[in-house]
Amino acid sequence: MMRVRLTVNGRAREADDVWEGESLLYVLRERLGLPGSKNACEQGECGSCTVRLDGVPVCACLVAAGQAEGCEVVTVEGLAPEGELSTVQRAFVDAGAVQCGFCTPGLLVAADDLLDRNPKPADADIREALSGNLCRCTGYEKIMDAVRLAAARRCAEPEGDRA
Amino acid sequence: MEFLRPAGWEEALAAKAEYPDAVPLAGGTDLMVELNFGHRRPERLLDLGRIAELKEWETDGDSVRLGAGVPYTRIMEGLRRELPGLALASHTVASPQIRHRGGVGGNLGTASPAGDAHPALLAAGAEVEAVSARGTRLIPIDDFYLGPKRNALAPDELIRAVRVRRADGPQQYAKVGTRNAMVIAVCAFGLALHPQTRSVRTGIGSAAPTPVRAREAEEFLGGVLEEERCWESGRVVPPAAARHFADLCAAACSPIDDVRGTAAYRRRAVGVLARRTLGWAWEEYRGSARATEGAA
Repeated sequence: MMRVRLTVNGRAREADDVWEGESLLYVLRERLGLPGSKNACEQGECGSCTVRLDGVPVCACLVAAGQAEGCEVVTVEGLAPEGELSTVQRAFVDAGAVQCGFCTPGLLVAADDLLDRNPKPADADIREALSGNLCRCTGYEKIMDAVRLAAARRCAEPEGDRA
Repeated sequence: MEFLRPAGWEEALAAKAEYPDAVPLAGGTDLMVELNFGHRRPERLLDLGRIAELKEWETDGDSVRLGAGVPYTRIMEGLRRELPGLALASHTVASPQIRHRGGVGGNLGTASPAGDAHPALLAAGAEVEAVSARGTRLIPIDDFYLGPKRNALAPDELIRAVRVRRADGPQQYAKVGTRNAMVIAVCAFGLALHPQTRSVRTGIGSAAPTPVRAREAEEFLGGVLEEERCWESGRVVPPAAARHFADLCAAACSPIDDVRGTAAYRRRAVGVLARRTLGWAWEEYRGSARATEGAA
């Protein structure tokens, strides 16, 4: 068993008694009380556990906890301050892109990363950025609408107001 | 289980020498699945994630020394000109999330016949830089794959890098799957034209117990291109020759029926991919030959 120290959503965190073969996803959900990242396929196929690890989106289920030692992790819980919604989150609600909701956290993190890198994505860019996130409810059309909406709103917002 | 976290390459080699059973952990995209599902419980994991030099590449003159841990995202973004076949292959890997973690070292270490990098490495003619505390050896890619998920590494060796000659001509890569992302190849094909040596090299994935080259097809096509003086003239590959090349590529497969496809489908699809990638690559070669002539 080992101890893992990392920064999650801007806060220094520590997890004890971590099994050496354990995933970052398990640490987040079961040891740090952050169940937003979802545990679905456990093999990197579905993207429901997508988090940012040192700035880039990864499947938390495929990162060994020990590999995240000293790293910066941003989960869906870190996209906006407590009780608020980020532009991307608000757009998912407004566009009706959330049905059962299980895939939503991963899609939000992936979409947020896309818009940070590419503020005006073409549809093909959106499809590629979200190609590692499976949704079995929506058929993706509302999700596409939500990302387009978020992009438009973020471009309209003054820089400093962006959540 | 023990989690070994060497901070540097020498330390990693020392750890692997002391514990040859330690399982290297790079991008985790294969190994973590096995751990999550309880299919594997190694005594020790050897995390290579902290070793900075594995995440870098160097280009010296004619070749690229690509660190084993350079993620696919960076290969597809930064090495399109030097290693076009591998850059194309990298773009077909799974999803952005996976491409941010996985790299060529892990693909080679796992040595699955379906690994996306293998056909491109075979076609380019790569060498695997295998290192242990005893020293370094360069394993030609043709000698690297020994069986399904078996490779030529000794128990105390780690993959430091692959060395790949900088492309001297067009390279292509194509993969068959049920969608454009998140698929394990039903089959895949890499093709590289090497105008400097007037040769063609191929790589076939997911259609034999290991990744393989279609050597007979390469020799046949090389002969035709030479006889017809195609390299100099940039003229079209005779259609009958392209068809026969495709047939020989299909014949180089020894596929199986599995959940992703049947053996017959794979053989047929490899032939189609061979013909298409040859067409694309040769068109590009003719274009560049014409451009050179025009400039002269």
